Amino acid sequence: MAASRNGQSPGVFRANRRHFLLGGAIAGIGATTAVAADYALGSSRPPEQNPAPTPLNGSNTVPFYGEHQAGIDTDAQAYATVLALDIRDGVDRDGLRRMMLILTDDAARLTQGQSALADAEPELAVAPARLTVTFGFGPHFVEIAQAEAPGWLRPLPSFGVDRLEPAFSDGDLLIQIAADDPLTIAHTARMLLKDARSFTTVRWTQSGFRRAHGSVKAGTTMRNLFGQVDGTSNPVPGTDGFDRVVWNTDGWLAGGTSVVVRRISMDLDKWDRLDRGGKEQSVGRYLSNGAPLTSSSVGEAAEFDEPDFAATSRAGFPVIPEFSHIARARSDREGERIFRRAYNYDDRPADDAISNSGLLFISFQADVDAQFVPIQDRLDQLDLLNEWTIPIGSAVFAVPPGCLDGGYVGETILG
Amino acid sequence: MTISYNRIVRVGAIAAISTLLLAACSANTDAPETTSGPAAESVTIADAWVKAADDGMSAAFGELHNSGADDVTVVSATTDAADMIELHETVENEAGAMVMREIEGGFVIPASGALVLEPGADHIMLMGLTGAMAAGQEISFTLTFSDDSTYEFTAPVKDYAGANESYEDDMDHAAETDAE
Repeated sequence: MAASRNGQSPGVFRANRRHFLLGGAIAGIGATTAVAADYALGSSRPPEQNPAPTPLNGSNTVPFYGEHQAGIDTDAQAYATVLALDIRDGVDRDGLRRMMLILTDDAARLTQGQSALADAEPELAVAPARLTVTFGFGPHFVEIAQAEAPGWLRPLPSFGVDRLEPAFSDGDLLIQIAADDPLTIAHTARMLLKDARSFTTVRWTQSGFRRAHGSVKAGTTMRNLFGQVDGTSNPVPGTDGFDRVVWNTDGWLAGGTSVVVRRISMDLDKWDRLDRGGKEQSVGRYLSNGAPLTSSSVGEAAEFDEPDFAATSRAGFPVIPEFSHIARARSDREGERIFRRAYNYDDRPADDAISNSGLLFISFQADVDAQFVPIQDRLDQLDLLNEWTIPIGSAVFAVPPGCLDGGYVGETILG
Repeated sequence: MTISYNRIVRVGAIAAISTLLLAACSANTDAPETTSGPAAESVTIADAWVKAADDGMSAAFGELHNSGADDVTVVSATTDAADMIELHETVENEAGAMVMREIEGGFVIPASGALVLEPGADHIMLMGLTGAMAAGQEISFTLTFSDDSTYEFTAPVKDYAGANESYEDDMDHAAETDAE
């Protein structure tokens, strides 16, 4: 199940019955015309050379049901919108159960390219473009559900570098919506928010982007708005290492995980004043290909070379400075690893600034306190990148396991 | 002429064509059943839902499918959630406005076809709700067909801003629901 969500194994768009009944005739005409045209063109060349029609990326789906929720080990889609909702006063455990039933049904349909029940714009559901919807529960949600919260389910300890704004922090219910099509995301967010409205209010929404689908080779490590290759050392979905880093095995969270969502403001103007060598030293990687400074700045493969933190320059200084981001983030302890799935943001600048940009940092890990906090502690104490970045939002959620057809996300604490 | 009438006919026609195609493709096609069982045995509902409401009136929607060789007719519906249920159609009145009214003779689901119940078209009207219907609840319904067979289904409640059609004769119904 998990494997089928990875890499390039998209499902096939399945029209629901209504689409078939009402759209079938029109689609049929289109298909006939296309076949006829193909036949005409094909008559001038051997039939075996007819290229298979390129499937539309918009038709690709990621399975919704499974042991784990989708949108975690799924190859990151081009766009994401993350919603944090607060539970309305008076909503009880049964209210949360009813809400998760409805939201699960919406997500199960929309991710497969089918309109939600009572969807006011069903035509917007027909291009899922690898849509995933991932739910996370904040401390207050778990409290109302009368379940035992893991010890790490609370705001992160405050770090010296933080300048957190309530407008981008905390929340009771997280919904991460990701797809290769921003229109699909907008429709999905609208549908889910309409169905959550009688139970919740919107606390914050954040949207982010990577390269558009098809712009670069699938699987290319993302670049952030500093131009850096960002996420090279991530564990690889489908491996034992990934499973150990990400999936929780305890109680109602077995098959689930935790997510940390942080809004990292990036000072592009200050970054511009740094020369290229300085930029590369701050991270410890080449800007050209993301390779560690102890490797080669040429060639794609070098990106994944292991950094050699012991290597020194002729003057005797470490090639990868001790204060660089990768030197500080790196841990020898296997347990202190996380899986990053970040997006860039580029919003309206305030006052006479020309940029309001940064990183919508999203990481998944089985245990926030054991895995995330030690890394952030080290970065907080010393990380040259802190000169150009400021965390301005932070939230932690427990991500419950996935569900099977007929079940719902959250059933392990609400059922 | 009404939108809903067109919709029904078109759905039925396409569904019928699909069935013929399927039948043609099948290697072992038995002769079609000439004697039909109870209507309830050939009817299913897909994607059923009910509009959330605190009190008063609401409506249920979905796609009724008839796998049988004969048309079937839904003559009535019941639910514990409302004191009264009517089967409604939506038609254009003399002033050109779309209004809903009780359908004469019930809902006809064409043989090997479907009838779509949706806002602005045919729907199951609930009047005199016995309690609030909140999002995520499951509401049970029983449909009765013209041969007295019955079909039960449940539908989730969903918040929905539409489905606010007015009655052909608002006064009559207002009096009726108030009286419940």
